[in-house]
Amino acid sequence: MCRRMINAFIVCLLGCSGIQSALAELTVDITKGTQGALPIAIVPFGQAAYRGENLAAIVSEDLQKSGRFTPMAEGQMPERPVPPGQVNYTAWQSSGQENVVIGRVVQNDAGGYEAEFVLFDAIRGTQLLSERIPFKAQEGRHTAHRIADIIYKQLTGDRGIFNTRVAFVSATGAGKSREYRLEIADTDGQDAKTVITSSEPIMSPSWSPDGKRIAYVSFEDGPSAIFIQNLATGERQKVSDAAGINGAPAWSPDGTELAMTLSKDGSPDIYLLDVATKSLHRLTRDNSIETEPNWSPDGRRLVFTSDRGGKPQLYLVSPNGGEPERLTFEGEYNARGVFSPDGRSIAMVHGGNGYRIALMDLGSRNLKVLSRGRQDESPGFSPDGKWVLYISRDGGSDQLSAVSVDGKTRQALDVRAGSVRGAAWSP
Amino acid sequence: MKLIKSLLTLLVLSLVLNGCSSKGGVTEEEGEGANDAYGSGRKSGAKVGKYGRGGAGGGRGGYGSGGAGLGGELDDPSSPLAKRVIYFMYNSDEVMPEYKSVISTHANYLAAHPDQTATLEGHADERGSSEYNIALSEQRAKSVARMMNLQGVSDSQVQVVSFGEEKPSVSGHDESAWQQNRRVEISYPGH
Repeated sequence: MCRRMINAFIVCLLGCSGIQSALAELTVDITKGTQGALPIAIVPFGQAAYRGENLAAIVSEDLQKSGRFTPMAEGQMPERPVPPGQVNYTAWQSSGQENVVIGRVVQNDAGGYEAEFVLFDAIRGTQLLSERIPFKAQEGRHTAHRIADIIYKQLTGDRGIFNTRVAFVSATGAGKSREYRLEIADTDGQDAKTVITSSEPIMSPSWSPDGKRIAYVSFEDGPSAIFIQNLATGERQKVSDAAGINGAPAWSPDGTELAMTLSKDGSPDIYLLDVATKSLHRLTRDNSIETEPNWSPDGRRLVFTSDRGGKPQLYLVSPNGGEPERLTFEGEYNARGVFSPDGRSIAMVHGGNGYRIALMDLGSRNLKVLSRGRQDESPGFSPDGKWVLYISRDGGSDQLSAVSVDGKTRQALDVRAGSVRGAAWSP
Repeated sequence: MKLIKSLLTLLVLSLVLNGCSSKGGVTEEEGEGANDAYGSGRKSGAKVGKYGRGGAGGGRGGYGSGGAGLGGELDDPSSPLAKRVIYFMYNSDEVMPEYKSVISTHANYLAAHPDQTATLEGHADERGSSEYNIALSEQRAKSVARMMNLQGVSDSQVQVVSFGEEKPSVSGHDESAWQQNRRVEISYPGH
């Protein structure tokens, strides 16, 4: 009792003070790279007109972190041209650079800026693309991420994800001074913003398909409740506070429904809530645990965790109901299944010798273990389907990590304060 | 790295305790005071930050407020009622035989005091999936509630709440810590 009163006291202090800067600092390290990364040179942009972020440095870092590029160090560059006409192809050819990016920032009439950049194929002496992106002074970092996305798409054919974000719950302090915080940061760990703080647990952030809203579980009122918060306006709505569990919210791909776990009618079961009308539809009816629903991208199936067979395993069910089909048989613990963006595979927490992130191919039903931690949990795909974000806990230190779906590349997003409790990559 | 973490934690704590001020044109509003679940009348436990405004608020009555005029025994540390934690095996919601007497003691007390309410808080160790652990810890608390019901405790006397792995009793990361964290805590409002 006393403990809770002190919690309340600390909440009051925080309320009076309004700390904004995110306490959890993220940094990203490549822990293992891939072979055959493309050489590229991002020449420092001419940006005398703009004293904000160093755009070329951010683009370079982004491309390097993808594991598919090896950007040239600035000191190795044979020249640093700014206008397109000044590029000396021969100089770049002799230093082994096929891909060269130059750019500059100019002020525009609207009081903002424009970033212009050009990508050259130095071997063939041709221009591969040229773009101009208007931006406001404070948008330098996001503009650089967008440039990285465009270059990445041009050279790999795949969607870039540098301009996406990660939502995660961090917890700092112990006992009386415990503080939970839902934050959103760029995938390079920068520009972290706090969505909500609480002295009571926050769990299971879930992005709406358009990336504009986030659903989460909060215990701020004592029992659990599910909220939907609009990220631009900050307005939020309590959408479920039934007796018992209100947990594991998951948006349908069209954004109209929220699948969730409720235990108001007995044991935990999966329900579908129509977000607009608030009508609730019960999907499973069993005396066992049914939880952690996640939609297939086509909206025709959900995967969920159930211990109806004695141990937690994954099952598939139609949103219209019917008999669920058991999906996992390997191992005594398979939980928190999530569909890949192409719908062809499911990532999960796979228990046995520790808890690791595993990937099941839905065609062959083969299971492949991707992570190597002792306690890895909370898997979620990057929007391009190439990475699985997860939380690894080893000897008490938590890390937000990402592993490529082939298991070959891992990135660590280091949260420097407290522990990470749940995470989700934006669409 | 550990040192940095400790320093940051200290920094965070000092910021919190000093109620530090901030910069950056962000609105943070206190939620409407949710009626406290635990009877202490605290404010709502959350603030909507950075991206947020608008109150938390709208809390429900919560866990009951009975207990006035009762409970001398509840405050006696030498009473058998002082034993209030039931521990569980890994991934199990089955009450082990050695804890049946603890539950019986509380069930008898509640059955004899129909105006007294109790909260059963279910918890899990940190391993596995967090939402599955919420479900598992509710099953644990419900196992205890069922045994109490069989001994004459009415449904309205007992509130079940589950925190999964979110509120560990001890912060270690080994079997001895996990054992202590797989638990149901019986609590009486005001005692």
